[in-house]
Amino acid sequence: MELVLSAGIGVLAASGIWLLFRPRTYQVVIGLSLLSYAVNLFIFGMGRLRVDAPPIIEKGGAGGLLTHSDPLPQALVLTAIVIGFAMTALFLVVLLASRGFSGNDHVDGRE
Amino acid sequence: MSVFAHLPILPILIPLITAAALIPIDDRNRDLKGVVSVVSSAIVFLVSLSLMYAAADQPEGRPLVYLLGNWAAPYGIVLVVDRLSALMLVLSSLVALGAQTFSIARWHRQGFHYHSLFQFMALGVNGAFLTGDLFNLFVFFEIMLGASYGLLLHGSGPMRVKKGLHYIAINLAASSLFLLGVSLIYGATGTLNMADLALRIGQLNVENRMLMEAGAALLGMAFLVKAAMWPLGFWLAGAYAAASPPSAAFFAILTKVGAYILLRLSMLLFGAAAGPSAGFGLNVLLYGGLITILFGLIGVLASQALGRLAAYCIITSSGTLLAAIGIADKAVIAGALLYLVTSTLAAAALFLLIELMERARDAGADVLAVTMEAYGDDDQVETEVGVAVPRTMALLGLCFVITTMLLAGLPPFSGFLAKVSILHGLFGSGPPGAALSFHGLDGAQWTYVVLLILSGLSTLIAMNRVGIRTFWTSIEGTVPRVYLIEIAPIMLLLGACLVLTLGAGSALSYLDATASALVNPQSYIEPVLSAPRVPSPGEP
Repeated sequence: MELVLSAGIGVLAASGIWLLFRPRTYQVVIGLSLLSYAVNLFIFGMGRLRVDAPPIIEKGGAGGLLTHSDPLPQALVLTAIVIGFAMTALFLVVLLASRGFSGNDHVDGRE
Repeated sequence: MSVFAHLPILPILIPLITAAALIPIDDRNRDLKGVVSVVSSAIVFLVSLSLMYAAADQPEGRPLVYLLGNWAAPYGIVLVVDRLSALMLVLSSLVALGAQTFSIARWHRQGFHYHSLFQFMALGVNGAFLTGDLFNLFVFFEIMLGASYGLLLHGSGPMRVKKGLHYIAINLAASSLFLLGVSLIYGATGTLNMADLALRIGQLNVENRMLMEAGAALLGMAFLVKAAMWPLGFWLAGAYAAASPPSAAFFAILTKVGAYILLRLSMLLFGAAAGPSAGFGLNVLLYGGLITILFGLIGVLASQALGRLAAYCIITSSGTLLAAIGIADKAVIAGALLYLVTSTLAAAALFLLIELMERARDAGADVLAVTMEAYGDDDQVETEVGVAVPRTMALLGLCFVITTMLLAGLPPFSGFLAKVSILHGLFGSGPPGAALSFHGLDGAQWTYVVLLILSGLSTLIAMNRVGIRTFWTSIEGTVPRVYLIEIAPIMLLLGACLVLTLGAGSALSYLDATASALVNPQSYIEPVLSAPRVPSPGEP
């Protein structure tokens, strides 16, 4: 479980960073998206990995992180996803505007 | 609970409500939107002023704490107003007021929803100053950035879109670092409330301390990108020079948000109580700040366009602040805060002034021609509002001279007082009147002294060059039409610096108290964690 998650985060982050340094705007968008996926998974991981733990306190059960998984990182990840999604959408619009002005999709507007 | 107890939430609520209310109003009623927006900024300014007086009245520098959902501190969300955040609120609302008034003359006509974006950015900036926990800091930071993307792109044109693309990409990457840092800190300490975090950092075991420090370093990177520390600040000059003048003037506060958070977190989390982590990252800030001053200093001398010159002034002032935070001395921080206020106001005034000065330039001047082509000058007929100002060139020249003196730190204005109090803090930490000691300084501090003075010199040289070119050797002698509504905001910002100069005694005693509260984190932690809930009406 730990290995799968960390390998997943690592591959996503590495591809994201590589794409971020590419000269095409579309590659940069995909790079940023992959990077934000990696970050979101990482935030999940910071709540500690638990298998089969209920997400909230079960009826009649006592509260405590031994009996259920930590809900705070999930709340954080939800906020981060929403904000990241909005920012990516905005970036796409700017990308289109840039293409409209320069006629190509290089990040500097010229080859 | 009296009405006044709700003051701390108003700098967030008023811009939020104004921004939302302005969206459905048709953009053809721009002047109405502008007036509503300026009035709301003025109200936020008054609220911030009263918060500053309230924070100054608190005994022993205890902050005002506002429990948002009426949950006690480490679990609920808190807003904290201490002297520092109140000061930053006053500064940001003053800059917002000036820049927004300026935009009514013509700039808000260049695109849609200008005033809403402006208010949303004010909301994000004010929230970042007020919040007491790291995750809300992220949320407010993103609101601020989201609105700043819109403001940077306002007016469109190939240059703005290109620079906007770079600016957005860099800030999105920095936000990823921010999230990584926040989640690492949560994973290591189990809390995101700043006061609670400061308590727990001293008790961490070795493995968790390592994780926490890694998280703090990642978090710091995100703010250093915002504060434009070398080598993370190459985006700034192009972006600020491409932005429309009122947007650029408001952006002058953005680097200060980064510096504010770095100051707040280094003092609070890595004070003496942090055990082995005490003083974490201060050297990075000190040396990074020194290189940033050097970079800004060279940039100021090398820039030909006025917009770039102003942007490099912002980089220099950012470096000065970062190095002062890195030195982490009480007296130096007090001086640096005065410098922060002065340089922000002067840089904002300069961005506004530049536009008026460029109108005075020979219309055929190649610089302007290139700029107009690059920005895609609009064809629409310029109908401006208000009264034209007589003796335009004299007035513009006077404003320019005062701005230069403020930025370069020449006497008698507050820029000079700020630099002197930084130097005084470095040389003599003894009682007033005691002889200054020149022996207690190490190499980095001497470098700081030298760079502080050299940066003033380079600003002076560069601004002189521009002043001579604009005011004395104007080939055509074209006098620009400048309206009262355009020159008034500049005079407002510069006037605030004059007030700061005349009232320097009380300003410095306020800032001294601010700095003493900062170096004593306990005065922040205890009131936040012990803030009482308000009992609901039915509750016994």
